Parts: sequence; C-alpha cells; structure tokens
Amino acid sequence: MSATSDQAHSVVAPSGASKTIAGALVIVYALVTIIPLVWIVMTSFKTPPDSIAYPPKLIFTPSIEGYCNLFTTRTRQTPEYIAALPPAETECDRVVRSRNMVIAGPSNVIPRFINSIVIAFGSTFLAVFLGTITAYGFSRFKVPLADDLLFFILSTRFMPPIAVAIPIYLMYRTIGLSDTQLGMILLYTAVNVSLAVWLLKGFIDEIPREYEEAALIDGYSRLHAFVKVVLPQAATGIAATAIFCLIFAWNEYAFAVLLTSGTAQTMPPFIPFIIGEGGQDWPAVAAGTTLFLIPIFVFTVLLRKHLLRGITFGAVRK
Amino acid sequence: MTETSAKASIADRVAEATPPTVARRVRSLSDRAIAWLFISPTIALLLAINIFPLFWTIYLSFTSYKANRPNAPIVWLGTTHYENILSDPDIWHSMQVTAHFVFWTVAIETVLGFALAYLIDRRFRGHAFWTTVILIPMMLSPAVVGNFWKFIYQPQIGLFNYAITFFTGGDPAAFQMLGEVSLAPWAIVLVDVWMWTPYVMLICLAGLRSIPDYIYEAAEVDRASRWRQFWSITVPMALPFIMLAVLFRGIENFKMFDMVNLLTGGGPGSTTETASITLKREAFESWKTGYSSALAIILFVAVFGLANIYVKALNRVKQR
Repeated sequence: MSATSDQAHSVVAPSGASKTIAGALVIVYALVTIIPLVWIVMTSFKTPPDSIAYPPKLIFTPSIEGYCNLFTTRTRQTPEYIAALPPAETECDRVVRSRNMVIAGPSNVIPRFINSIVIAFGSTFLAVFLGTITAYGFSRFKVPLADDLLFFILSTRFMPPIAVAIPIYLMYRTIGLSDTQLGMILLYTAVNVSLAVWLLKGFIDEIPREYEEAALIDGYSRLHAFVKVVLPQAATGIAATAIFCLIFAWNEYAFAVLLTSGTAQTMPPFIPFIIGEGGQDWPAVAAGTTLFLIPIFVFTVLLRKHLLRGITFGAVRK
Repeated sequence: MTETSAKASIADRVAEATPPTVARRVRSLSDRAIAWLFISPTIALLLAINIFPLFWTIYLSFTSYKANRPNAPIVWLGTTHYENILSDPDIWHSMQVTAHFVFWTVAIETVLGFALAYLIDRRFRGHAFWTTVILIPMMLSPAVVGNFWKFIYQPQIGLFNYAITFFTGGDPAAFQMLGEVSLAPWAIVLVDVWMWTPYVMLICLAGLRSIPDYIYEAAEVDRASRWRQFWSITVPMALPFIMLAVLFRGIENFKMFDMVNLLTGGGPGSTTETASITLKREAFESWKTGYSSALAIILFVAVFGLANIYVKALNRVKQR
C-alpha cells in the first residue's frame, strides 16, 4: 500500500497506539517461539556436562565437542595409552583425548547427509519435471475428466503415510527396492508430484495464452513454444515449487524410518539415534540438528512470498 | 472497400468448403498427443506408487497375511479384521487420543493464529521481518524438532521445567511432561501448537488482507463500534480462510505420526497413542499386516469422508 492510499484511508488505518501494542505482542510471541531453536544451537556448542547442568546454563564456554562427536566414533583408552600418542593434530583430537578417548573413525553422519541430499534433490527434480508438464497439459488442453483427474492427484495426499508404507514395504521387498535411494526417490516423487501439479497449474494458468499463440503463429511447434515461451515465464513458480518439494523430502520421517534401515537412511531417522556413552549425546544431537536445519532457514527466507500458496496447494494465492 | 470485403467473404466460403489443411490436422493431433504425453507419466507414477498399493492394502485387509512370514499360506478372512477393529476398545481408545489431539491443536492454533494475524495486520514497523521469524518453526522437520523437544522436556535438566518453576517456584523434578499420564497429551499438543500456529496465522493473514478497506469505511460512517466491526465484518469475511486452515490442520493432525512418535512413542502406557502410532505398532512391530491394512483402510475412509463433508460446508460458507 502506498503512502497516499494510506492517507486516503486514514479513517480505518490502525492508530499509532494500537500499532505499538500489536507490534509488542507479536515480537514477544516471536521471541518465545524462537527460544527452542536458539536452545538447539546453544546446546550444540556445549560440552556434554554443560548440556545437562542444572540450572540450564545460559552462559558457558563454547566447545566444538558436539560437532566432533557428531562426525566421529570414539573408543575409550587408558591414560597411559593416550599419553604415549603423538601430540594431537586437530582440535577434535585434543577435545576427545581430554575425555580419555581417541577418535576411531568417521561416524555414519556423512553418508546419511549424502543420502538426504541425493534423495531430496532426486525426488524434487523428478516431481517438478513431471509436475510442470502435467500442469501444462491440464492448463492448456481440453483433457477429458480433467477435474476428476486433478482431484485424484490431490486425493493421494489423504492417505496416512503409515497406511501407504505397508504395501510399499511389501512391494519394494518383492522388486528389490527396499532401503535403496531409488526406492525413496520414487516414493517421495509420488508424494510431491500432487503438490507440484496443483501449484504449477496455478502458476501456468496465470501466464497469458496469447504469448504461446503468438509463438505458434510464428511457426513454433507446441513443444518448442512450451520450452521457449512458457517455461521462462513460469520460472519463479517452478523455483518456488521446487523448494517446497525439497523441504518436504528433506524433512520426511515416517517413510524414511519404516522403509530404510542403513544404506538409504536419511538424516531425520538417524539424528535421534546419535548416542554417546550412557545415553543420548545431546550436544552431538544438537550439532546434527543445527546442520540439518540450516538449509531450511535459507529456503524459508527465499520462499517468503510464495509460502502461503505452497502450504495451501495453491488454494490461496493472495 | 466493398470489393475487398466481398473478396474476403468469398475466400472465407472457399475456406469453409475445403477441409482443414493437412498441416492444421497434424498440429491439432499433436496437441492431443502432447496433452496425453504430458499427463500420463504422472498418472502412471501415482497408479504405481499410490493406487496399486491401495488396492493391495484392500485385498490384504481381508486376509491373514503377515509380512514377517511371507511363505505362510494366506487365509481369506472376509470382514473379520474390520469387525475386530470396530469392536476393539484399544482402537477406540487411540481414536479418542487422536480426537483429543486434533481438537485441541486445531482449536488453539486457530485462536492463536487468528489473533497473531490480526495483530500483524496492524502493519506495525518491521512486521514483515517478525512474520518471517514466526514462520520458521513450521518449515522444520517435525521429527528432528520433536526429538529435540524431548530434551527440552527433560525433568530436572530441561529448559521447559526450569522455565515453569522459575515463574511458579516449584521443584523442577516434581513433574515430567512426557512421563505423566495427565501431562503427556498436553506436551504433544504444545509442540504441535508451537510448530503449526504460524501456518494458521499465514492463511488467516491472507484472509484479513482480502477484506477491502471500503467496507470498514462504510461501517465507520455508520458509526459501528470496533467490536461490532470485528464480529460483523472481519470474522465473517475471513471465515472461508479460517475454515481452510482448519481443514488442512485437521487432516494433517489426524495423520500425525513423526512428532508424536519421537516425543512419546505413544507413551506413557498408551496415553498419547494416536491412530498412526497404533497403525505403525500393529503393522511394523506386531507384523499383523492383514489387520493393520484393515485399520489403514478405516482411517483412510474416515479422513476422506470427514474431509468431504467439511469441504461441502466450506463451499456453502464461500457462496454466502
């Protein structure tokens, strides 16, 4: 809203005092709601004893022990053995030795992270590709039973994930897709494609048909016009849709925990099982959580303008 | 002038008389071909990954199949599983747990989300930034964040107990959010409200912004009080949006699995065992595949049926 229209509508514009009160209340809510996230990041820089201290420590000496523990497996050794070792090369070596342990090797976190990346990007690419062409098909051509097909595509989202997981588990076991990246990519693609079709149909509907018709008159084929005219016009919509698919695949837990156990396991089912000596190693869990959440922060900021559309399957467009 | 138009009309008549050119026929043919070429891969994928498994589930729900004993003979049981499920008090208990969870999360999120949207719509300085901050929780993985809430809820060392006792002055070891029958259902409601209030807020905000200023101006001219304006303009006009938010949250929370599974796993006892947790236990721990398939179908029909009734109501509100 521009300044002039603000003045023109001054009779209904919120007063200064009500603005201040509203702002204060919203900021208080935002600060309270962000505490758990700040706590995660803070815990990731604590030592294990600091993390379970009472009262909870707000001020502490930052340590990278959580991150060291996240990325390594360690074995306990005698002080004599550790004293006999050559001087510690890295900060992690030093931190681990101070607890009478030595680094035995890398942990599983890097392969799990790679799985998350491969599965999220693979399924996003497929879902957006299929979603774009299908949305274009529904948007521009008279498809028999179009509304029924679109509803069918949406209705696949009503299934509780566990209900889908039962037959998928049996099917994948039969055809050898259990615990494979390909299996998870196909599954996430199927879940995401309904979102992609609905969102992208909205975006493509907004592109004037005249652009393509002009290209068709100029002698372009349909396919050529689609690639050269429609795709560039829909680029923002495609990018927003891709980020939504990426976030879903990145965050997904139910399928991942039921259908993967090792080779194709992603981060969400892995993080809760980061354990240290005598129970959960909370700084390491917090470190894994922090690294896992960072991409989502970035995406949320990038997506701000399209969030509403994405979360309502294009039902609300603003 | 008349000459040219006469010529044109002759040309038109000739064009009408002759059949469409070959080129045009090829183009219109290829249009249909492209339409199917573009749509069929998606339909095929959904048939393979969603619909075929659905029919398989329906078939299994009538049998004694157990996934951990694939070679055992499959016995056709008819509707036995359905009868057992619908008369099983444990299932009704988990339905009650689910209903409690869905009702309270949706109710609190709607009130809180609408209030926040109403405040943000005052357009105070910096509202865009604070809106983005508020939105962050809903973008995060419910599983990963749910897992971390378990740490926050720890008795004695957890931040939550500390904060409560800091203000009330009790003993931080005196209560366990996740370990007590009376508190655990509220612990999961609280985390869900924390995560998903921004979702409702965002949709409500769109609703509030869709109300044109001139309606308020007219009300102002008629000297309607602020209170009156709120209940006669703001709420009714934002209602379709609020109902949409309720629909989406209702469906999602009915299916809720990840956050609850990591926070409580259904415990203590079965106080927080929502339908999805029961389903997972029967299907992947007891391996009662046939039985759990029947439960899955019942849940699917319930969500689908309730959502359909609700959408009808929503459309009626929209048409008003």
